[in-house]
Amino acid sequence: MIETEGWHRTAQVEFPIVFVAWLLLMPLTPVDNLEAESAEREYVWTLNFGPQHPATHTTLRLVLTLDGERVLNAVPYIGYLHSGFEKLGEHLDFNQYVTIVDRMNYLSPLANEIAWHHAVEKLLNIELTPRCKYLRTILAELMRMHDHLLNLGTTALDLGGFTAFLYFFQQREHIYDIVEMASGQRFHTSYTRVGGVLFDVNTDWVNRVRKFIKEFPKVYDDVDRLLTKNRIFVDRTKGIGYLSPEDAINLGACGPVARASGIQRDLRRDEPYLAYEDLDFDVVCSKGGDCYSRYLVRMRELLESLKIIEQAIENIPSGPVNIAVDSDMVLPAKPSVYRSIEGLIQHFEVIMPNKGYEVPREQVYAATESPNGELGFFIVGNAETRAYRARTRPPSYLHFSMFPHLIKNHQLSDVVAVLGSINIIAAELDR
Amino acid sequence: MVELSVLQQKFGTELVESSFRDNRRVDVPAAKLFDLLSSLKSDHGFDMLIDLTAVDYLEYEGATDRFGVLYMLLNVTSGERLIVRTAVNMPDPKLPTVYSLWRSCDWLEREVFDMFGIVFEGHPDLRRILMPEEFTSFPLRKDYPLKGRGERHNFPVITRAGS
Repeated sequence: MIETEGWHRTAQVEFPIVFVAWLLLMPLTPVDNLEAESAEREYVWTLNFGPQHPATHTTLRLVLTLDGERVLNAVPYIGYLHSGFEKLGEHLDFNQYVTIVDRMNYLSPLANEIAWHHAVEKLLNIELTPRCKYLRTILAELMRMHDHLLNLGTTALDLGGFTAFLYFFQQREHIYDIVEMASGQRFHTSYTRVGGVLFDVNTDWVNRVRKFIKEFPKVYDDVDRLLTKNRIFVDRTKGIGYLSPEDAINLGACGPVARASGIQRDLRRDEPYLAYEDLDFDVVCSKGGDCYSRYLVRMRELLESLKIIEQAIENIPSGPVNIAVDSDMVLPAKPSVYRSIEGLIQHFEVIMPNKGYEVPREQVYAATESPNGELGFFIVGNAETRAYRARTRPPSYLHFSMFPHLIKNHQLSDVVAVLGSINIIAAELDR
Repeated sequence: MVELSVLQQKFGTELVESSFRDNRRVDVPAAKLFDLLSSLKSDHGFDMLIDLTAVDYLEYEGATDRFGVLYMLLNVTSGERLIVRTAVNMPDPKLPTVYSLWRSCDWLEREVFDMFGIVFEGHPDLRRILMPEEFTSFPLRKDYPLKGRGERHNFPVITRAGS
């Protein structure tokens, strides 16, 4: 465990005149008894934040009750992007649904695919090949970086720092290229399949990842220097949106949000899946519980992810990337489908709805550590190659439900800081 | 690890344990659900409600109950997981809320209500969450068609002149 506490000690060296003036002008209201007090006030007003607002990034709406600039209450309204993903999951087979799963957390599409097929493979009792495990691990960690890069960048952007956003976005572009090289798609890759992935990767891809590993720390340092000790950034995030460890557990926080509150929980370490058992990494935690701690945890996780990728890419095993074709569950390679009758028949057997393989009439819950936290899928099998029920446990959903708790009694301008720090992805929220 | 025999002593032999892969599950009748959950939280350290969801068994072969409701619990300290399952039936599917135990159930219960129409009695704010307020069906029930029942076509059209 790494403690991020104490990094910011040097941050507030001197007080600018503006800050002192603001302190003097700040109304000296006692913090206790706020609610009883506010009910009597007649000048409490309501502000509608969203559904279309640059700082919400996606479509979500907040109705804020304000006393001046202080937020007394916030009521989130969601569902603007609801498109019935879980219903669709009951009508598409295990391979088809991956295209829908992609579109949940669109900042890290591959992480969703890996989580979905992780659950499917647990239901079908498939043990992946070592190469596939390593490949998926590398991609999952690249996706974690992908997600954190955008989240950290836009958090800074919302708080007025444009440069960090551009620096990080350029790095995301390299990850897009790596993913495109593997899967043929930049964004919604639909790369994983039951028992493996769509295509294997080659040496060029490995070199590309190596190049990225080599170049990334420089940009990281730049952004670290831009933000971590930046007084404006620290002032806007430190002490804002405090989440105590007890509340974090009770409200169902997971991932970086929980770890920033001091909950030492990471599924990669606690319930190892894929190749995480063989790899050496630290679980980043902080005791702060505020927006700044969440920022620090995410920043350090970038480096931990890089460490994991570095180990995995050098130790990626050779051998097949898919499980054996005679298991009847995996799609055969395309050349064999086009050039041999056995391959064609196998392809048909897997694809056709009235054929397919044996699925146990059972139910299973399996979770992975997605960039945002525990992303779980609960699947009920009913002897068909599609799920009878495909439930997603979206981390954003639980994180957004604690938003009113986090924002209470903060300033209106802190809304964007808190929103950024819990990384709400509305497509995952609404499904 | 919480032993089934310990729970059975307290809540009777209706509790059935099963497991599949690494999932451990306990089935409990709806009447004893709340007592079991609150005992699991206070005595056995299951301090986190990871997920709360439901399944409609209408078309499931051999199913006797209409809905299954699942509570996925986690003990943060030991990392132990347990799934508590219960069943509710039409025409009046309802369960007690667990809001007093885990506040994370707030939106999860609202979603189950929205999608399946299962009422959680005592929930502080049980409204639809993903579907619009005026929606009348419960979309994740198996008797609701994938393409809907034409609700979208019947939305009132707001024109510039009329608004």
